[in-house]
Amino acid sequence: MTTTHTPPVFDQPLPVPTPLTQPFWDALAEHKIRIQYSPSLGEYIFYPRPLAPRTLADDLQWREISGAGTLYTYTITTRPVSPHFAAAGPMILAVVQWDEGPRFSTEMVNIAHEDLQIGMRVRPVFCDYPEAGITMLRYEAAN
Amino acid sequence: MGLRGEAAILGFYELPPQRKLAREKTFNLEQWARLSKAALDDAGLEATDVNGIVTPMIGEASMFVPSTITEYLGIEANFAEIVDLGGAGSAAAVWRAAAAVELGLCDAVLVTFPGAHDVPTHERRPFVMEDQMFFGASSNSYGSPQAEFEIPYANLGQNGPYAQIAKRYGHEFGYDELAMAKIAVDQRTNACATPGAVFHGKPITAQDVLASPMVADPLHMLEIVMPCQGGAAVVIGNKDMAAKSKNRPVWIKGFGERVPYKTPTYARDLMYSPMVHAADQAFTMAGITREDVDMVSIYDCYTITVLMSLEDAGFAEKGKGMQFVNEHDLTFRGDFPVNTAGGQLSFGQAGIAGGMHHVIDGARQVMGRAGEAQVADCNRAFVSGNGGIMSEQTALIFEGE
Repeated sequence: MTTTHTPPVFDQPLPVPTPLTQPFWDALAEHKIRIQYSPSLGEYIFYPRPLAPRTLADDLQWREISGAGTLYTYTITTRPVSPHFAAAGPMILAVVQWDEGPRFSTEMVNIAHEDLQIGMRVRPVFCDYPEAGITMLRYEAAN
Repeated sequence: MGLRGEAAILGFYELPPQRKLAREKTFNLEQWARLSKAALDDAGLEATDVNGIVTPMIGEASMFVPSTITEYLGIEANFAEIVDLGGAGSAAAVWRAAAAVELGLCDAVLVTFPGAHDVPTHERRPFVMEDQMFFGASSNSYGSPQAEFEIPYANLGQNGPYAQIAKRYGHEFGYDELAMAKIAVDQRTNACATPGAVFHGKPITAQDVLASPMVADPLHMLEIVMPCQGGAAVVIGNKDMAAKSKNRPVWIKGFGERVPYKTPTYARDLMYSPMVHAADQAFTMAGITREDVDMVSIYDCYTITVLMSLEDAGFAEKGKGMQFVNEHDLTFRGDFPVNTAGGQLSFGQAGIAGGMHHVIDGARQVMGRAGEAQVADCNRAFVSGNGGIMSEQTALIFEGE
């Protein structure tokens, strides 16, 4: 019997919702975006929490937003950020700012690198992973 | 508010970094003991003078870390502290030790940061590659916001997020990649005057930096720290200890610290780092101005960290940092000496001990022990620490007697 040495295969890490964050993921499964809003702050917030950041006010509500936003910043990783993403090739690690205010870590897809521009309008791309029971939210150019 | 400047760095020890460990593998606890002894010897103090310790996390204890160390060293500490502020940890540990000395809790405090993570393994105790190694200190535990909202999008580790900061900086203020390269080049010049630096004897040009592989745009490989194996320690003592010490005391005159977030996605304004607050507090506490400082040692995991820290600490106008870099000679022989021992970019980043390189760079200069790289008449130093992704920042001001 021979021993072969193959590199270990790393699965892409996928989100595992918690009871508190479940409404966000349930909405994504419906291809909708629901995040929290604090009436006393007068602000939308992200990511989900039990109490509003800064004030710890107990008034958070789930509200649907369109998901439209602008590209706040990005980078193209020419080297894999970890073995889990080695097969993905260069990735566009992006931060999108929703029109409602909060920022969201995501990945830009369906776009040539040279077309990326900070401040460009972007729209949601819902990516379903049925085996994991999760939907990821990525972004593409709005036009 | 703050320190009275009655606690001083009296001795230090910094292992020359090695890209691959050529020394004997030792556990963090063994490193703790040996680094500490070397720093005490440097100060001319006895182990029995020590009654306080500050440490980062270590490999051999996941809790009860300080008492594990005091037991191992046989120190009965009046103050035993663990800091978990990443690259800001060393500077953060220094002011905590100084505070303990000024409160009268301690005569002498060891601040020791083991920096060789290549530790012994045994077939019955094999090395387990933990999530932390892969996920670059982003927590992948269930319930962690990073596990749920960052890691699945590959927003993890350091290269990507720092590149996002640099990209946004370019959008808001413009980007001069030659100025960014010059930061790395000037530090390399300093490393070439620092025996033991991992890049000693290997000068580079701006073209070398820009020709090195792009890792996460706009950051090239030579704008990113070289991970190394090493370790460092300092001894901080009161006036009585300073009188016993053989070195010129380096009084800790001021500090500041700010810790507002973990992931830059959630920074309220990504272009103004926590250093704005930390540096203002440090200078106010020390009662000196930016112009009074003879050298600065700025945490340099990336060139963008140096650039934004120079701006946010108030040495360069916001948005004009690249112009500042172009207009000043940042080498030890220049008009604005930065990271005179090479910084982590060119001296080497010994894991969690990386931040101690800046503490020791400042102390070494103020003690007048920097050899060829000595800044003439160096009496005051500014030191910064930076952890997470520009998310944990600490500033220190040193003054020679």
